[in-house]
Amino acid sequence: MNELDRFSRRSLLTGGLAAGFLLAFHLPLRAAVNEPVQPRDTTDGRFAPNAFIRIDETGRTVLMMPQVEMGQGTYTSISAVLAEELDADWSKVEVQHAPPNDKLYGNPTFGLQVTGNSNSIRAWWTPLRKAGATARAMLVQAAAAEWGVESANCTASKGEVAHAASGRKLAYGALALAAQGQTPPKDVALKDPKDFVIIGQPLKRLDTPDKVNGKAVYGIDAILPGMKFATVAACPVFGGKVGKVDDSAAVKLPGVRKVVVLDDMVAVIGDHMWAAKKGLEALKIAWNEGPNAGITTRDIWDDLRKASQKDGAVAKSDGDIAKALASGDRFEAAYELPFLAHASMEPINATVHVKPDSCEIWTGTQIMTRVQSEAAKAAGLPIDKVIVNNHLLGGGFGRKLEPDMVVAAVKIAKQVDYPVKVVWTREEDIQHDVYRPVYRDQITASLVDGKVSGWKYKVAGSAVLARWLPPAFQKGIDIDAVDAAVDAPYDFANFHVEYVRAEPLSVPTGFWRGVGPNNNVFAVECAMDELARKAGKDPIEFRKSMLTKNPRMLAVLNQVAEKSGWGQPLPPRVGRGVCVQPSFASFIATVVEAEIDDIGEITLRRVTSVVDTGIAVNPDTVKAQIEGGLIFGLTAALYGEITIEKGRVQQSNFHDYRMMRINETPKIEVIVVKSGEAPGGIGEAGVNAGPPALRNAILAATGVTLRRLPIDRKLLAVGKKA
Amino acid sequence: MHCCEFGSFIVSRRYDYGRAQIGERRKRSSSKGMHMATTLTINGETKSFDAPPDMPLLWVLRDILGMTGTKFGCGIAQCGACTVHVDGKAVRSCVLPVSAVSNRTVTTIEHVGSTPAGAKVQKAWLEAEVIQCGYCQSGQIMAAAALLAATPHPDDSDIDAAMAGNICRCGTYVRIREAIKQAANGRQS
Repeated sequence: MNELDRFSRRSLLTGGLAAGFLLAFHLPLRAAVNEPVQPRDTTDGRFAPNAFIRIDETGRTVLMMPQVEMGQGTYTSISAVLAEELDADWSKVEVQHAPPNDKLYGNPTFGLQVTGNSNSIRAWWTPLRKAGATARAMLVQAAAAEWGVESANCTASKGEVAHAASGRKLAYGALALAAQGQTPPKDVALKDPKDFVIIGQPLKRLDTPDKVNGKAVYGIDAILPGMKFATVAACPVFGGKVGKVDDSAAVKLPGVRKVVVLDDMVAVIGDHMWAAKKGLEALKIAWNEGPNAGITTRDIWDDLRKASQKDGAVAKSDGDIAKALASGDRFEAAYELPFLAHASMEPINATVHVKPDSCEIWTGTQIMTRVQSEAAKAAGLPIDKVIVNNHLLGGGFGRKLEPDMVVAAVKIAKQVDYPVKVVWTREEDIQHDVYRPVYRDQITASLVDGKVSGWKYKVAGSAVLARWLPPAFQKGIDIDAVDAAVDAPYDFANFHVEYVRAEPLSVPTGFWRGVGPNNNVFAVECAMDELARKAGKDPIEFRKSMLTKNPRMLAVLNQVAEKSGWGQPLPPRVGRGVCVQPSFASFIATVVEAEIDDIGEITLRRVTSVVDTGIAVNPDTVKAQIEGGLIFGLTAALYGEITIEKGRVQQSNFHDYRMMRINETPKIEVIVVKSGEAPGGIGEAGVNAGPPALRNAILAATGVTLRRLPIDRKLLAVGKKA
Repeated sequence: MHCCEFGSFIVSRRYDYGRAQIGERRKRSSSKGMHMATTLTINGETKSFDAPPDMPLLWVLRDILGMTGTKFGCGIAQCGACTVHVDGKAVRSCVLPVSAVSNRTVTTIEHVGSTPAGAKVQKAWLEAEVIQCGYCQSGQIMAAAALLAATPHPDDSDIDAAMAGNICRCGTYVRIREAIKQAANGRQS
């Protein structure tokens, strides 16, 4: 691993990808997709010790953000990590979106400039600390040289270097020029966490002041001189194509400029979105729907249930599973999860200006370099002729890990000589998503002396990773789909996990906030509750008896039991359910308290989560991510399902693809445990916790064993048994 | 450690350069008929432009006037991202024809800070650190400001009634409720 590259200014041209993920999955090391692009608003005479830090003579400290801000607070947390070791003056810190460049800004885990899998702080923790500390060392060296003293006798704090013996001080701005000439130290000491002054504080976010007054600019807000506006209709059947388009009425409408017919979609360009929308409505489009026009959700489930009967590829096997399952009290269950759309509040969009020899893009994406390379293909231009300007994302949730909206916008913009902003309507956004796959998870277990002695877990579903990052799909196993299955937190002596790849007919699948652990945590925690009942034990006591080798998990579980009032009496048809999850190197225990009325309607009363995510860079952000993640997951459990009829998605907007609203939101208490361990991931994690904890609360309240999401209220009415 | 008052944030300034031209564009008359010259009072300023009478106010604000703080979320008044004030009341601009607001006073997120309730809400939003992605928050803030202007001390059911039309996909509802109460009580954190 040649980590120094991106951290030394001399080697900006010769960077290498970091190794962890690459070695683990034998990814080929690709050549860089483009030459490094330096930020455009550079300041002469600045101190630019590496790809992340720019200090000018006024002390203005600009930090380049290798990860994107989609609400998870990473711009503030990444800045805190850099500023901590840099001993920067936090009040002078500004952030800037990084340009596309895998060599400089590729996530060390993936080797790609990707934001996902709750991996920003986990992957960048040490590299960014080193980047900050190296820059600080160079500033100290510059000051020491200026004063003719030893660097070791100088200290740095809040953007100044001081020499205590002589009482002299110099601000970083004054040292910027001289520091640029210093040789970076080969090996730099990092701070002892007890000396942190920025990390661990509840920092105010850097991105929010502009989000209260309309000044924040998202991709959809890009405005360019001479720009026009487009909206699209894609073939409603997956895989279908455009047949015939009659645009005679559309082109006569005021403000309509052009109708663009692509292979599988039609776009109307107008003077504004309204003209484009009216133009699109006036088109008569005959689609060639193709072979998928008869597909229904039922067909997909029939296929998945059949596929899940097959033996899968073995992802992990400890002990003797056959022997263990042959004895004891046997348990079998299958859990089923539906397709889900992302429904970011900012509908997918991209603004593109294609010129004869260049293509410039304004959008908000989680995959800067992939957008650049895919746009280059669509534009028929070399990669270095494609400029991507990233923006704040109005939610990502995995949808913006795909480049399809940019590719389509490039194809549309190629037809005209002015910039075009292409905005998908909410209906098109929901009906042309890449969906969270349907999963069928089967768990077979045996109980001996009130504990699990054998645990066989088979996951069946789409391999998103096989499409998204093919080299990571090895030996028939999607490591994302089984992530929290192989990582079960419990002491299971005989433990076996299999994966069956089953791609749903015609429906494209993608990553969705919470990713693979969504299905794993649901299945494991539902099964654990059912096993606890079978063993005649309290669900928390049952789990605790098998967490003896997992002290961090045991500690959060004990604390959530206390904070949630676990065991205290409740009214009829009110129940508490627990979920324990090991996902993303964080340890989280959650209790949901819910009431189910006589007709089966659910009221969420209270949610308590205790989180050990190691060092919490910004504890308030950790809390916020768990609060929001819980609501995201509970929304899916209560309402989320995309269904297919005649090859088409049946849902279209928020009236039939429902979101939780403020009046349905319970009290949420999140407790962040103090820890000195390395930081874990947090953006995805809260999503996993809600559905199983709610389902277990329903089981406690009603005795009804649900094994499918979303929750079917009909099964919960008084007198019903699932 | 509360540092936001000193920190600055430059990412959102980078693409403002196109905005000057928007004015130029809207002054050009449409090459095709059926547009109407419309005059509105928006954020205390008189704005004249050509737009079809059925064009929703949302697209006038965003695509003709270049005021992008008001967001497009659903187009069918289901999510509240496009909320603005018309004569002080919260309305969904995505379904409001521009012809329906002539002679009315329109206030958007860009200007709501100049109203007492709007300023309180913005301050409370930052103090409670409500915001995540922020895309829905223009609408949330407009809805909350209208609530507080009409009901200075809302209880939970007032908050539910006023805010249930605004979806937040990041799930910031717990803090929205908290911030509205802070704003109402003038509490300093």
